[in-house]
Amino acid sequence: MKTTTALASALTLATALPALAADCTVKVGVLHSLSGTMAISETTLKDTMLMLIDQQNAKGGVLGCELEAVVVDPASDWPLFAEKARELLTVQEVDVIFGNWTSVSRKSVLPVIEELNGLLFYPVQYEGEESSKNVFYTGAAPNQQAIPATDYFLEELGIEKFALLGTDYVYPRTTNNILESYLQSKDIAKDDIFVNYTPFGHSDWSKIVADVVALGADGKKVGVISTINGDANIGFYKELAAAGISADDIPVVAFSVGEEELSGLDTANLVGHLAAWNYFQSAETDTNAEWIAAWKERMGADRVTNDPMEAHYIGFNMWVNAVEAAGTADVDAVRTAMYGQEFPNLTGGTAVMLANHHLAKPVLIGEITEDGQFDIVSQTTEVAGDAWTDFLPESAKLTSDWKDLGCGMYNTETKSCVQTLSNY
Amino acid sequence: MVIAPSPFDLPESPSLMKTLLLAALAALLLTNAAPAQTTPVQDILQSQSDLIMKSSRRTIGPAIDAIADSGLPQMQSVLEAWRAKDMWQRKSDGLFFAASKNDDGTLKLRSFEDNAVVGDVARNTLIQLKPNSGIRAMIATALVQFQLSDPDPTKRHAALDSISRDPDAALLAPLRASINGEDDAALLARKTRLNNLMTMTYDPDEASRVAAINAMAGDLGLDFRGTLNPLLITKMTVAKTGTTPDANVAAQLTPGTDALSRSAAYAILVDAGLAPPLVTQDARDDALRANIVAGYVADTPVAQLSTEAKRDAAYDALAAQSLAAPRVTDTDITVRLSEHQFFEVYAEPSPAVTTAAKAALAKSESRVAASQMVDLGLDALSLASIYFLAAIGLAITFGVMGVINMAHGEFIMLGAYTGYVVQLFVPNHTLSIIIAVPMAFAVTFAAGVALERLVIRWLYHRPLETLLATFGVSIALQQLAKNIFGTQARPLTSPTWLDGAWAINDVVSISYIRIAIFILALMFLGLFLFIMRRTRLGLETRAATQNPRMASSMGINTDRVNMLTFGLGSGIAGIAGVAIGLFAKVTSEMGGDYIVQSFMTVVVGGVGNIWGTLAGAAMIGGFQKGVEWLNPSNTLAAQTYMIVFIIIFIQFRPRGIIALKGRAAGD
Amino acid sequence: MNRSFIARNPSVLVFLSLLALFTLTVSVLAEGFGVGLISTSFVKTLGKTLCLCLIAVAMDLIWGYTGILSLGHFAFFGLGGYMIGMWLMYERTRQIVVTSLADGVLPPTPEEVEAAIGNQIFGVVGSSDFPLIWAFADSLTLQLALVVIVPGVLALVFGWLAFRSRVTGVYLSILTQAMTLGLSLYLFQNASGLRGNNGLSGLQNLPGITAPQSAVSLWFFWASALALGLGYLLVAWVVSGKFGSVIRGIRDNEARVRFLGYSVESYKLAVFTLTACISGIAGALYYPQAGIINPAEVAPIASIYLAVWVAIGGRGRLYGAVIGTAFVSLVSSWFTGGQAPDINLGFYTVKWVDWWLILLGLSFVLVTLYAPRGMSGLIDALPRRKGEDA
Repeated sequence: MKTTTALASALTLATALPALAADCTVKVGVLHSLSGTMAISETTLKDTMLMLIDQQNAKGGVLGCELEAVVVDPASDWPLFAEKARELLTVQEVDVIFGNWTSVSRKSVLPVIEELNGLLFYPVQYEGEESSKNVFYTGAAPNQQAIPATDYFLEELGIEKFALLGTDYVYPRTTNNILESYLQSKDIAKDDIFVNYTPFGHSDWSKIVADVVALGADGKKVGVISTINGDANIGFYKELAAAGISADDIPVVAFSVGEEELSGLDTANLVGHLAAWNYFQSAETDTNAEWIAAWKERMGADRVTNDPMEAHYIGFNMWVNAVEAAGTADVDAVRTAMYGQEFPNLTGGTAVMLANHHLAKPVLIGEITEDGQFDIVSQTTEVAGDAWTDFLPESAKLTSDWKDLGCGMYNTETKSCVQTLSNY
Repeated sequence: MVIAPSPFDLPESPSLMKTLLLAALAALLLTNAAPAQTTPVQDILQSQSDLIMKSSRRTIGPAIDAIADSGLPQMQSVLEAWRAKDMWQRKSDGLFFAASKNDDGTLKLRSFEDNAVVGDVARNTLIQLKPNSGIRAMIATALVQFQLSDPDPTKRHAALDSISRDPDAALLAPLRASINGEDDAALLARKTRLNNLMTMTYDPDEASRVAAINAMAGDLGLDFRGTLNPLLITKMTVAKTGTTPDANVAAQLTPGTDALSRSAAYAILVDAGLAPPLVTQDARDDALRANIVAGYVADTPVAQLSTEAKRDAAYDALAAQSLAAPRVTDTDITVRLSEHQFFEVYAEPSPAVTTAAKAALAKSESRVAASQMVDLGLDALSLASIYFLAAIGLAITFGVMGVINMAHGEFIMLGAYTGYVVQLFVPNHTLSIIIAVPMAFAVTFAAGVALERLVIRWLYHRPLETLLATFGVSIALQQLAKNIFGTQARPLTSPTWLDGAWAINDVVSISYIRIAIFILALMFLGLFLFIMRRTRLGLETRAATQNPRMASSMGINTDRVNMLTFGLGSGIAGIAGVAIGLFAKVTSEMGGDYIVQSFMTVVVGGVGNIWGTLAGAAMIGGFQKGVEWLNPSNTLAAQTYMIVFIIIFIQFRPRGIIALKGRAAGD
Repeated sequence: MNRSFIARNPSVLVFLSLLALFTLTVSVLAEGFGVGLISTSFVKTLGKTLCLCLIAVAMDLIWGYTGILSLGHFAFFGLGGYMIGMWLMYERTRQIVVTSLADGVLPPTPEEVEAAIGNQIFGVVGSSDFPLIWAFADSLTLQLALVVIVPGVLALVFGWLAFRSRVTGVYLSILTQAMTLGLSLYLFQNASGLRGNNGLSGLQNLPGITAPQSAVSLWFFWASALALGLGYLLVAWVVSGKFGSVIRGIRDNEARVRFLGYSVESYKLAVFTLTACISGIAGALYYPQAGIINPAEVAPIASIYLAVWVAIGGRGRLYGAVIGTAFVSLVSSWFTGGQAPDINLGFYTVKWVDWWLILLGLSFVLVTLYAPRGMSGLIDALPRRKGEDA
């Protein structure tokens, strides 16, 4: 009886003062660029991770251990991402890595993570066509952003002619390929799809905007699907505004423009243009209000929240729960525990981690408002992320299931696993 | 550790309390008022409530029709409120209200029946209706009939906007009816034009359609072409050889020509069920897989099927045993194609209309093509003026003085950030630009003078080292800007009078900001010529550059001249930075976008001659736009080809377009 | 390479001995076969630094000895990396594809294998056709030859055009910069057939090799050290003889050398092409250690940094180039890696990530102004002063 009481009180003590048991720190690697071209986007995510880790430590850490953030700076240099990832896994011996933004940086760390059996949470919308055993993709796959946005264009706005404008790199290329194929399956003729690629940081948009306007000459309603990245958007939207193109005439839906990007712009002339994400700051839920308040308190009142931040929020909390469920931070155990993890979205509803390492999340479409925010005009139910798109013939026959099939690239026609490592 | 919510928490949240009270109050008001009034508007809205709340363009039609066709006078304001996202539904009873936001965050509800204030309520007791722009367009169409003769001209404009966006046969009659009463000249012109355009498509009388088309033949307007092109939509039809389809035939196509390849023609026959499909590789392999018997497919061992030829042979063997459909041979295709004729048929039944439309459009096309050339020319001119503006400072420091300043791009950036900082303090955009231009000049002039005094003057005889030292300055300045302003792009907003574009017609237009940059470039050209040719500084600069020793023995203080000239060149780069920031972006890396191009401009044009720089900018800008025109889907290629072109060009004219002759040409 | 060459250049022997000693020390301390004091990732960093030193030696030959400031040598470095990368990717993917297709019911046809490889490699950039430039990707020998041939031919053509039309001095520098910018823009395009912005990745996984990265990293480290040693020896030999005197003459007074009857253009072209080939080899060894190559690697800034390293180390001395490169690139990665402790000034915290580039930029200005002979100038100033005093 006495021992039981002592044990109970010891347990109480342990739960009440978890920070004391700090000799068993769990290390969380943060692999986001803090300098170079991508620092603009990734620094925010580093701060998000630090905030999440602090919040978790205040709640008592994980497994009674304190979480320790290990921040490194891969400096927007893609080979350096691989080097830093190796350093995190072998020298710092972190239990999990949250990081990367660009696809090429992800492709750079993939071989390292797979070789050393690490665990990476990748928070940004991406082009899909990949499923690594060691990566959880908490951003949107094309069917969670591009396809629903295109459906919205087709069904809600009645667009008959499409201009797919993108920056010349892998995400827009693959996304546009998928969309071209998807649109043709929806009876949009190939001639009614105009595709253009511009370099990073492009600033001379007059010709392209004029080309888009000229598309309207055959009397069909024109819409623009933009995968233009980063700074180039500023010149693009300025030219769009100068040409007097209202969202009622030629709507533009962007996949890479969020609250952060709009803060470098005067949005008065852009009201009504669209963006598709899984999260908008304007989502009216209580958890979102708390989240925004905590962020602003930590970072300053003028800071905004965005979609990749929510992806880290969900990813991190799922990982914490998975570690608790597995009772260890060991990668293989955590991975198994991750499947089926559920966590509430900031926008309402519940995100679920699927066996293909993608999330089921709702898709939101928002219209730009004058204050640089988005007015949510459409919100779907949870859409299951698809690693291999159904709209390209080669990948339609592929599927990913790490839970039962143990394969990220499984050919459903030949019923065989193409490869267990990912394609990089 | 999580505390479950309990009823005792209530007093802690006064807003919730207030909400409840307000809701109760509102309910009280409603129950008192409701029986006394008839509510026809609310009744109609309630009858369509499900569709309205579903808020999808595909299903909303009947609801909008019911509201618009109800004949109730209030419906115009209902539709207007709905479109402006001012219509809200009360969660408690599902009633719809117009609402406006109060300063304290609550909403002021108004009844649709009589616009009477119902009361102030908390936001979370209501659901805002957010019609998407597709629905808003439909509401706008429904509003047209109310607005065409509205006393407010802006509403009449809105109605016409709506018609031109979504023309509809039903709108033709109201539009025509409103023309007579129109007293505003601009509106009358728009109405007449719209009437013409809609007549082409929707008028039942063929003759008046043809007349309308002929009346506007050759018009450049996007709306005109957008009206005619749908009339000329064709579709492919197949007929047995010897017969012609009973329709408005546009053309007959022969298989095997550019317009219709043999394979495409055969595919049409397959789609129409008039020919058996081709056996694809996948289908062939599926058949082979399905017919494996004990490791053999039609007497061929499976292990041997590792070439296309073997697989074809095995499949043919299967086909011979009737285990698979025979492959379609080339002869089969020829036979099938000879049995059929292919026609392009207009969807529009009237040949008179299609003939007139075709002729009218052909007349437009040549003018459109010419206009597109003009537009491209304007784009090229604009790009050239941007390159010129970015390079003109360099034409002074590099062209005249021979100093390689790799930090030139950072001076451009410095100017742009100066503009941004000025805008932080001077919110009026016009005033801030007027202040920013001289400020930018002053800041970069000072930076230039400092750079010249501290670094460059020690290196006048070691040009390659100048290049490296100024590169050091360049990376330091860039990082410094990042440390101060962050990596995020900063807004530099142009004054409203520079918003918008100068549209000559629907094809040729150029934004005002680009025109301003063009004018600025011209002004700098004039300034440069003036300073170099008409001022003492210019004379001294030229003297000091051509022969520094001789110049100083003539009493010219070459030190001072070099300093001032370098400062001038840097100052102009700063002003260019403001202009570039206005039209593109302000980031710490913007300098890098222009530095290489600027050097190219100066080198291609010919060092030491401002006209050369002008020619260089014109050539590079023109060439780049030319390539973009040839290959509109890949702007990156245009830039690549431009660089390659420059490299080759310099091989043949190493001294640039306008080369200095004689001694001045010496390195 | 007779005895007199080594005897005339004792510094070569000293350098080679130090390099050998360094290689041995690292091998002993590394994880792969030794005691494990040096982590695999640091072995990779050191191996990459050796490759950078090799291209710096080439840069010193063209700039320090011949007086041509090329701001485009990283183009050749990158091309070398791309050439070896093509084989690495192709072969690795081919093995994966062949294994997976072997599971099928029908034996795969060569066309199917080719299509599957193409789909694997180019699927991520939205294509599946093999571009023409991959024609030799299946042959290691040919691709290895291309490592030297492609940069060499580009340098030959570019150099022939440029030198023939007497483009010199800063114009040539700007033109070489345009060349590397053009190449990087070309590679950025998806249509280039080299996977655009993504470049070639997973290069650290050697096809058919199952050895752990700790071993592979050492192999490449040794190869890099060997290449540096040989490259150093070659360049030292080139600059020591009559050829070296002529190119130094070109550096100091091109017109006079031309009037003496030498074909200045041929000498320049020879040096330009030779250094391009050396750069190609350095790149081919560098990128399998880095793991990924993409167009950003050949952006103009990289070549400018190369000039910076050589200038800080000291032009016209081969060991100066090596010292400068090793020092600046290692210190750079230390400062930007976040390991350097922040300095708290009370009112402001100096974060090295933010301030390192400013320091580097300014130090470069100072070196140019006050120490044109760079770090090696400091080193060899010491014994010489002793000699002069005596």
